[in-house]
Amino acid sequence: MKTATKDGAASGARPLPDRDTCLELLETMALIRRFEEEAGRQYQRAKAGGFLHLASGEEATIVGTTSVMRPEDYLIGTYRTHGHAIARGTDPKNVMAELFGREDGTSRGRGGSMHIFDRERRFMGGYGIVGGNLPLAAGLGLSCDYTDSDEVTVCMFGDGASNTGNFGETMNLAALWSLPVVFILENNLYGMGTAVERHSAVTDFSKKAEGLGVPGVRADGMDVLAMRETVTEHLRIAREDRKPTLVEAFTYRYRGHSAADPEVYRTKEEVEEWRRKDPIEAFADRLEAEGVLTNGEREAIRERVDTQVREAVEFADASPEPSLDSLYDNLYVVGDQVPGWYAVDERAPQPFRGEHERERLEGEAKKLAEAGAAYAGQAAQTGHREGEEAAARDEDAAFDERGEGEPDEDAPDPGAGGPESEDGAG
Amino acid sequence: MSVLRMREALRDAMAEEMRRDESVYVMGEDVGVFQGAFKVTEGLLDEFGEKRVRDTPISENTIVGVGVGSAMGGLRPIVELMTVNFSLLAFDQIINHAAAIPYMFNGHARVPIVIRMPGGGGHQLGPTHSHSFEAMFLQIPGLLVACPSTPADGKGLLKASIRDDNPVIFIEHETLYGARGDVADDGDQILKFGEAAIRREGTDVTIIGILRMAHIAEQAAKTLAHEHGVEAELIDPRTLRPLDLDTILESVRKTNRLVVVEEGWPHGGVGANIAALVQEQAFDHLDAPIQRVTGADVPMPYSKRLEQSAIPHAEHIVSAALATTEGAT
Ligand SMILES: Cc1ncc(C[n+]2csc(CCOP(=O)(O)OP(=O)(O)O)c2C)c(N)n1
Ligand SMILES: [Mg+2]
Repeated sequence: MKTATKDGAASGARPLPDRDTCLELLETMALIRRFEEEAGRQYQRAKAGGFLHLASGEEATIVGTTSVMRPEDYLIGTYRTHGHAIARGTDPKNVMAELFGREDGTSRGRGGSMHIFDRERRFMGGYGIVGGNLPLAAGLGLSCDYTDSDEVTVCMFGDGASNTGNFGETMNLAALWSLPVVFILENNLYGMGTAVERHSAVTDFSKKAEGLGVPGVRADGMDVLAMRETVTEHLRIAREDRKPTLVEAFTYRYRGHSAADPEVYRTKEEVEEWRRKDPIEAFADRLEAEGVLTNGEREAIRERVDTQVREAVEFADASPEPSLDSLYDNLYVVGDQVPGWYAVDERAPQPFRGEHERERLEGEAKKLAEAGAAYAGQAAQTGHREGEEAAARDEDAAFDERGEGEPDEDAPDPGAGGPESEDGAG
Repeated sequence: MSVLRMREALRDAMAEEMRRDESVYVMGEDVGVFQGAFKVTEGLLDEFGEKRVRDTPISENTIVGVGVGSAMGGLRPIVELMTVNFSLLAFDQIINHAAAIPYMFNGHARVPIVIRMPGGGGHQLGPTHSHSFEAMFLQIPGLLVACPSTPADGKGLLKASIRDDNPVIFIEHETLYGARGDVADDGDQILKFGEAAIRREGTDVTIIGILRMAHIAEQAAKTLAHEHGVEAELIDPRTLRPLDLDTILESVRKTNRLVVVEEGWPHGGVGANIAALVQEQAFDHLDAPIQRVTGADVPMPYSKRLEQSAIPHAEHIVSAALATTEGAT
């Protein structure tokens, strides 16, 4: 059995911060948990599509980190970052709307669950490519260093990402150029279905970048106070000493890697064991034991986050679908910072403005775009996600429900059948 | 004959070749214990063990490079990249190494590697996870490029790829893994690279479709016949490099019209390439400009509506085909 207690004192030994901070930490973690579980449900209802990577279980790692950052510090993460954005202050409504692919989503429905972004709150993105955010973090660090600001960048990524070339290359460069970045490795013991000891030769990840000039420490990522303490010190090192460091946070994801994960690589007992040291319940228990939190308040928090998430779903549901005319928006910055599209038109050799392109979406082209978009309605009709466990979903159902009869006739149409069974891929 | 799903056909191809040749091995992210992100390698670890079915770290460029090195050392690696999207991280090993080495070393080294990977959109996976890179791989001299659309072709081409001494880019489509089809039980049913399949004969317009678009083209052909009295001839090239241009030209000389359908981007696409080749060699036989049906010229948006509006559907193919036959009697 793997354990989370790697170093540092037990949570009980760390003094509690002031009452307001305690309650805020608790409520943010509870909000993230509630949001993630609801996102999972909405995915089952086919309201959200694509891949859905939930961070349930990892709340203390997330909130312990963000709660000691300054508003102007940058945060950058992975495809498992609904919670990171929410912890930064992004309204859950807009995150949910992004999952729904709607106009009020953080990226107006263009990015989806894996690509949440909130510039205002300096959440510089979720990224679908493992390791892709590491050099970006160094670059954000460079931008701060370059302009002599004392803002720092926090980069969160997984244990599996430490095996990418981007990891080694980024660590070396960040150290070489003394960039103000705190790298937080969310060690949840697995990269998809591969356990750390099966994917990394060095499993003490705090040491993995040492030879490249980035020293690291281990922290209990299930303990929000432990995370706060460690990250506070490392933010200071970045801000004052101008040096990159690495924090390995021990944490655990309760849910499958993504929505369709049969979890053959770990035991139910292991998951249960980790759930018993739930970061939210443990913290709430302590607050209650020390008289910071009354039972009534605990219930009130539960109700508040419940309402907030319910409202997020209602908001997302009411938000309009993006218009087809907006397909090319923001592909290029056109001329005077007008978001639009330069294309080399098939008929005219010279590039021209997106505004003109948009006008071209008339007649036959417009009809075809609408005909294509109409396929989007079909999956909702077949609704084969409803009531099914994602892990148990099988493409047989997806194809058969289209009632296409003959076995060799089931030419798959993603508009109708969807990839639901293939979600394990990422 | 058995009815198999694409993923089963591909697995059988690998298993049969692994039984036949000890030097064939499989490696990739989550191909073993997890049984493959798309379950294509299901059961292989049980049968062949960890030596020959190797789970790797998330290190695409290195996985391919290790594959290339081991191929130079005499093995026949099948590398699974979880999806084509991640092949971008391995482009250096694929292009500067796998594709160049046989030529660069004057034939003194061979690189018999197969790099399998699924791609395609329609899953609401957004801009980083929906790529179709057939055209990019097709451009590289030194690589063979296969893109099967049926289980039989999948099996026949994968076996051919494993036995081939060249580096092969083997592109699968994420939504075709569940598609069923007849597959010969004979383990020696091997397809040749550069042999297109004519899926439907017709006299009015030639339609070329690859991967999932081969299936959508079939739907379009039905509509064209039933609703417009247009008989389309359907060609699935099955391999893009080498390309069976002869079969395409022969068809175009008969129908005098051509539509090429792909999921990828328009510029420098598979259709652009085929259109160039066909006009060079059969210009006088064309009665109308060659039409391309492609994915929209944007990173794939996540929103289901936007995404569906950005990928080709049967309607697009019908419209393009009719554009070539307009005014024809
Ligand atoms: C370059 C690349 N390769 C493969 C994948 C598919 N993939 C998505 S998440 C993942 C596992 C990553 O594990 P880890 O870094 O530990 O993060 P976690 O999911 O545990 O948070 C893999 C292999 C990808 N998205 N990008
Ligand atoms: Mg992990």
